[in-house]
Amino acid sequence: MIRNLWNDLEGTFFPESALDFLPQGKLREVQLQRLKAIVAHAYANVELFRKRMDERGVHPCDIKELDDIRKLPFCVKSDLRDTYPYGLFAVPMSEVVRLHASSGTTGKPIVVGYTAVDMEVWKQVIMRTLYSAGFRRGDVVQNIYGYGLFTGGLGLHGGLEGIGATVIPISGGNTERQIMVMKDFGVTAVCGTPSYFIHLIEVAQKMGLDFKKDLHVKRGVFGAEPWTDQMRQYIQSTTGLEAYDIYGLSEIIGPGVGAECHCRDGLHIFEDYFLVEILNPQTLEPVPDGEEGELVLTTLSKQAMPILRYRTRDITAIEAKPCACGRSIRRIRRISRRSDDMFIIRGVNVFPSQIETALLKTEANLPHYQIVLTRKSGLDQMAVQVEMSGDMVGDRIADIESLQKRFGHSIEQITGLRAEIELVQPGRIARSEGKAKRVLDLRNKEDAK
Amino acid sequence: MKIQQISIFLENRPGKLGELCHTLAQAGVNLSTLSLADTGDFGLLRIITPDTQKAKQAIESAGYAVAITDVVALQVPHRPGGLAQILIPLDSANISIEYMYAFASNKEKEAVMVFRFSDTEKAIPILQRAGFNVCRATDLLGAAQ
Repeated sequence: MIRNLWNDLEGTFFPESALDFLPQGKLREVQLQRLKAIVAHAYANVELFRKRMDERGVHPCDIKELDDIRKLPFCVKSDLRDTYPYGLFAVPMSEVVRLHASSGTTGKPIVVGYTAVDMEVWKQVIMRTLYSAGFRRGDVVQNIYGYGLFTGGLGLHGGLEGIGATVIPISGGNTERQIMVMKDFGVTAVCGTPSYFIHLIEVAQKMGLDFKKDLHVKRGVFGAEPWTDQMRQYIQSTTGLEAYDIYGLSEIIGPGVGAECHCRDGLHIFEDYFLVEILNPQTLEPVPDGEEGELVLTTLSKQAMPILRYRTRDITAIEAKPCACGRSIRRIRRISRRSDDMFIIRGVNVFPSQIETALLKTEANLPHYQIVLTRKSGLDQMAVQVEMSGDMVGDRIADIESLQKRFGHSIEQITGLRAEIELVQPGRIARSEGKAKRVLDLRNKEDAK
Repeated sequence: MKIQQISIFLENRPGKLGELCHTLAQAGVNLSTLSLADTGDFGLLRIITPDTQKAKQAIESAGYAVAITDVVALQVPHRPGGLAQILIPLDSANISIEYMYAFASNKEKEAVMVFRFSDTEKAIPILQRAGFNVCRATDLLGAAQ
């Protein structure tokens, strides 16, 4: 019965992907069993979860069915920051075989850890991600995600080795070398952030390369930042490759939380490892399938760092209809926006509060400011408009230029990103109800080109 | 001996100077002299006017970022080497000129220049001792500012 569903795999059997096709009843059974175990594990070994559950009068034995998850407290990004670095670890350090970190809100990163078993699970969900995007043994894969503390590079790397692909661990940057490698090494597939890949396409065009004739890239998985269908169309029409969206976040595991199949109509969540809730961000009540709400995730197997009911702030909806590919794991729609004002630029999470901290390092009184996000030749750009005040003016051009430079430096120090600082006259930044809109995101308003 | 100068921050975009001039006209501000310094991104318009406080208020309430600075107005002999003479005593006192511009004047024999020195307090007596005529606001502008 299940074997009929393997058509998209071109007649080859991949044991890992079999889990994508578990019968619904079996899947829920596995989820419940794992949920009970993970809640017990978190309660026994993580002070924060134990305290919050005690406050609510919830005990692990109160979890009798999947809906009982609603009895559990939430976890948010600041919990990870407040317990920096290891406060949410549920195993001794001797069991932790890998650490990663992502940007935090105040300059301190958020640290995540993995046991050997967590690493196996991570590898498996990435293998399932890659298989569903059509990656196979024999593919020569250029992994453009950043290697290092960021979960993207090494996360994809493990899964790529798992499926037996040839991995080129090139990491990000040095676009001309990327293009040379892509051509000379006979690359057939890529992984990376969509905005950087679009930049790479445009550099290749300037170098006089015809992607379709001179290169052999057939497919790519792209993620770590929100992207639009126009960007997908642009990538596909200029390069001839198939572009797949993938979803993940370091707090949960890194990449590998969800992925598109060949239908490319929403992202399948690997529900046997991650429990999905879609809640109204105001009332925190569940919304019906098909309706938009905040994605809340619970890790069902994480040993080193179990996370219960993590509020991702990503807004999406459960796709109610079963997918044509036959996978029983449910889909969420492409992430369209966030419920807070965090934005992602070139794969880096940035909060306006970080920009505020940076401006306050230079000026004692916070000037009015606005963050303007645009996309220039495929690459995300951040500009910060700062309204001048009498205190900031002075009478010398050099003083104002140095102020502009200092703003830029402290933003780069805190976020790791370069920002163009645009000094503007008072009142230039539009205010609604007296409050300035902190982020003006023009990226999705423009076409990919 | 010092003269007050108003600096106004302007974005370097078409129409911005025009908007400001309109504001000044509406407020009845009479410009005794002005100079515009700019980079690719922004500009600073520096003006001198007989009623600094009134002008500052009018400009600020029209939504501009404004600063007041003390500058020095000097009579410069209207002949070759006139400016060079002034610079000699300042150089030896290690005072530098941040910027300077000409004051609109209707006298033919001498020019008036506006100077922003690195140390205004120190520069004035040095210039006076060297025999230069440091202009008073009342003489120059017909008002005490």
